[in-house]
Amino acid sequence: VFPSSAFSFFCQTLLLRVFHEVEQAYAVWPMPQQMSQSTDRYPINPQLLAFSYARDSAAQSGCSVLDAAFERYFNLIFPDFVGLSNIWSEPKPFTVSVKVKNGECDGFPDEGSNESYNLSVSAGQAVLKAESVWGALRGLESFSQLVYQDDYNLYFVNKTEIEDFPRFQFRGLLLDTSRHYLPMPAILKTLDAMAYSKFNVFHWHIVDDPSFPYQSRNYPDLSSKGAFHPMTHIYTQSDVKRVIYHARLRGIRVVPEFDSPGHTQSWGKGQPDLLTSCYKGKVPSGTFGPVNPTLSSTYQFLNGLFKEVTSVFPDSYLHLGGDEVDFTCWRSNPNVQAFMAKMGFGSDYTKLESYYMENIVNITAALNKTSIVWQDVFDYRERIPMDTVLEIWKGVPADYRAELGRITLAGYRVLLSAPWYINHISYGQDWRNAYTVQPQNFSGTEQQKKLVIGGEVCMWGEYVDATNLTPRLWPRASAAAERLWSDEEKTSSVDKAFPRLEDFRCTLIRRGIQAEPLFVGHCKHEYSGL
Amino acid sequence: RLATLKVNVWTLLLTVTVCDGWLFDGFAARRHSESDEVALWPLPQKFQTSVDAFRLSSASFQIVHAKESTAGPSCSLLQNAFRRYYSYIFGNGRKHGKNLENVFDADLAELQVQITSADPECDGYPSLKSDESYQLEVNQPTAVLKAASVWGALRGLETFSQLVYEDDYGGQNINKTSISDFPRFAHRGILLDSSRHYLPLKVILANLEAMAMNKFNVFHWHIVDDQSFPFQSRTFPDLSHKGAYHPYTHVYTPADVKMVIEFARMRGIRVLAEFDSPGHTFSWGKGQTGLLTPCFSGSSPSGTFGPVNPILNSTYDFMTRFFKEVSTVFPDAYIHLGGDEVDFSCWKSNPDIQKFMDQQGFGQDYRKLESYYIQRLLDIVSTTNKGYMVWQEVFDNGVKLKGDTVVEVWMNNNVDKELQNVTGSGFTAILSAPWYLDYISYGQDWKKYYTVEPLNFEGTAEQKKLVIGGEACLWGEYVDATNLTPRLWPRASAVGERLWSDENVKDVGSAYDRLVKHRCRMVRRGIPAEPLYIGFCPHEYSGN
Repeated sequence: VFPSSAFSFFCQTLLLRVFHEVEQAYAVWPMPQQMSQSTDRYPINPQLLAFSYARDSAAQSGCSVLDAAFERYFNLIFPDFVGLSNIWSEPKPFTVSVKVKNGECDGFPDEGSNESYNLSVSAGQAVLKAESVWGALRGLESFSQLVYQDDYNLYFVNKTEIEDFPRFQFRGLLLDTSRHYLPMPAILKTLDAMAYSKFNVFHWHIVDDPSFPYQSRNYPDLSSKGAFHPMTHIYTQSDVKRVIYHARLRGIRVVPEFDSPGHTQSWGKGQPDLLTSCYKGKVPSGTFGPVNPTLSSTYQFLNGLFKEVTSVFPDSYLHLGGDEVDFTCWRSNPNVQAFMAKMGFGSDYTKLESYYMENIVNITAALNKTSIVWQDVFDYRERIPMDTVLEIWKGVPADYRAELGRITLAGYRVLLSAPWYINHISYGQDWRNAYTVQPQNFSGTEQQKKLVIGGEVCMWGEYVDATNLTPRLWPRASAAAERLWSDEEKTSSVDKAFPRLEDFRCTLIRRGIQAEPLFVGHCKHEYSGL
Repeated sequence: RLATLKVNVWTLLLTVTVCDGWLFDGFAARRHSESDEVALWPLPQKFQTSVDAFRLSSASFQIVHAKESTAGPSCSLLQNAFRRYYSYIFGNGRKHGKNLENVFDADLAELQVQITSADPECDGYPSLKSDESYQLEVNQPTAVLKAASVWGALRGLETFSQLVYEDDYGGQNINKTSISDFPRFAHRGILLDSSRHYLPLKVILANLEAMAMNKFNVFHWHIVDDQSFPFQSRTFPDLSHKGAYHPYTHVYTPADVKMVIEFARMRGIRVLAEFDSPGHTFSWGKGQTGLLTPCFSGSSPSGTFGPVNPILNSTYDFMTRFFKEVSTVFPDAYIHLGGDEVDFSCWKSNPDIQKFMDQQGFGQDYRKLESYYIQRLLDIVSTTNKGYMVWQEVFDNGVKLKGDTVVEVWMNNNVDKELQNVTGSGFTAILSAPWYLDYISYGQDWKKYYTVEPLNFEGTAEQKKLVIGGEACLWGEYVDATNLTPRLWPRASAVGERLWSDENVKDVGSAYDRLVKHRCRMVRRGIPAEPLYIGFCPHEYSGN
């Protein structure tokens, strides 16, 4: 005989009250700027949860970004929802009401996007207010992390007030699809996980020396000859569109990098004469060096390629690389030597590199795009437009702090990635190093500090492909994500972060992201894949 | 139509590829080379191959019992292995409708498997003494694999499957080959730790698959430790009920354990269970009151517990009953009893223990107390007719050991000296010190594991024979189902070849070339083995 459900519910409620104190699932990662919570909690019945647009919201039903987000977050909040009624659930409705000031429903997130939001959770409702849909996405993510399941699998959310905004506007993650090809599911899954940690830029290091997987409309030979395989190891135009689409729905920008003049071996296979022919004595050795900066055909080609790339990728930024140029091949080539003499560069090859970079930065500027370049370009004292963004990738803290000072003193905006090369692995809890970085801790004025627009976690691909990418990225990248989003003073303790990050990694696992453990322990629901 | 494909596999296998240069130089040429996929791992002891190639038709190729074989269709172990290796060779789906009528005269029609011993051991368990040697002759129209027992046949089937390569038209080919193979060491193990993190069954089974692909033959199951006790005991159900991370979702039921053992048996892998004591037992205490030593703070119990309490008769009663169960659950002839890293501070703090020390005349030497415990434990386990394995401290502390005890050397300082001492005292040893794969670093650390020479210590030929193998250990502090498999493979493959192949197989350059292909083969078979360096596999890992 079944006990009456009312009586059972009463007993359950008693039990729940008893265990109330041990429920501690209301952390949000990365930590919001302002957050207050009480122990008052409200049940949520999956069948009676509704997302809705506030009457005075600029976005209304039909807003692609938010409509998709509602569906997505329903499934993230209730991972085991199968549509069956739970006899223990309270028959009370819960409404998440979203109000957005400006629509932007069909736009792309960009450097000026406002990601701030306010979230107020009270009995039977959550009110989410944001300037833009991008802020609303961040708020939905926070809300989804606030909902928890008790030991009886009932869902609850506590009374909560959040006022939140990112510390840095640029919070990026770099994937390298040249050293190893990453199949589409691996990229899309990474975008999902990025949204969970509030990353907002996918820096796609799409080509490099080893392979050229980007299938160009105008220069199809680049991938048909330069990819690992012309059919199976490429990104077609529709693949790229799919990545951009998937990212947009999560408020993530896609910034592609076409690194040159170095790191271009694979380009040369499908574009004859692009690379500098290296010489051994007086004859070509048969090997090739960086892009040949002395030929006008080079700039015609790059103009064509960048024209295509900037039309394919909607973001206002384009990463031009410019790092690690080896001058030995240029030095060996008599035509390059003649060009150096003609230009009056003497034997200073950094001037030739500058000449090249200035040319391509100008091509980009003419296409109305902002260039990002690696710090090497600044170090060579090149004359580049003041709106160029420099990315610091080298050195120990003392080095990158000095470089932060120098670049911002010169008035350029800067991105920090040097301390976040998480392709470098070591035994133990190295997430702590990523967490304790202080991006604005360098000598400089307030004005200079403001020029630090963010940072990037870099997962270079020498030793990484689809087999090990995800556990190597997560939750280590999440440590950097909190540094880039949250208030530094409120998140200064690594030890306090530890239990929150442990919790968050179990959340990631529950969402199907194979995030590796921080240390011994367990998740209620372990990863069930391989 | 094709008569024979002329491909010089021999040259390919011996080609030493320079890691840095291959990518841009010979790359385009090598990509279309038909036998690119052929890379035997671990390398067989003796083999010869020729340029004569035969095709394998997915419609007609079969793996069958030879007429002369002492095993037949009733040998389910081989029946299963035949099906498994057919799938590895042709992919999971048979390509229906293709080439059905085209039977080439250069086809390899079948592989005949011939077991030569009177007892093929179809229903037995592999052991330290199992004969894993085999002979493989690939020639038209049939290939013949000969082995004394099913254990050798399993190794030969793996090798045969590795010889098959796909041409540019998707066809499967194999070259005329003659192989005579046997393992250098009898004990080739992988340790997984299911206590620091619980490992779902699926992960354990997948890694048993990967072990077979690398000819490993021992799964050292470090099943319990301080952090959790997932082994569900019939005699003492509270051990897992209170000591596991979760009493239902984070345990191994008797049926789970059986499944692991049978899955391993089918692949010629022993399951060596470790129940480590007297240290590393914190989780045991939760379900077995009175087992652990109460630690004292001054003259009163502090509420914390130390190692197993060695002075109580109840301890030994418990151990007797517990190991009686364990010895029936795990069929292997050996049990690993641990015995490492015992912290004496709790014992020191406890007045009852101090009194016992006085009574026994141990003075202040707590190693004597540890030895006292281990001695009694070993006597208990001996009555179950099992042999035992212990970590090196047990030997170092002078415990009296049975002659067939296996001592596992794990401390990475003075490995050579330790091997010298252990074997000098006439005990068999296995080596794991250089192969703690949980320690990770940036770059190609597989080379470090590969270049270890286990017999590089000073000792007589007799002593060297006492080193019966080694183990790659993947301790679980930072490892669970999310990252275990790519962290283990192909790094453990390096250890696999060191333990199987001839000691002269040590060229890192040619190993790199073969291992790159071997890891792609594992990926193709569904094992997410991580890359060694820049490059690609024809079939990339596509996730779950």
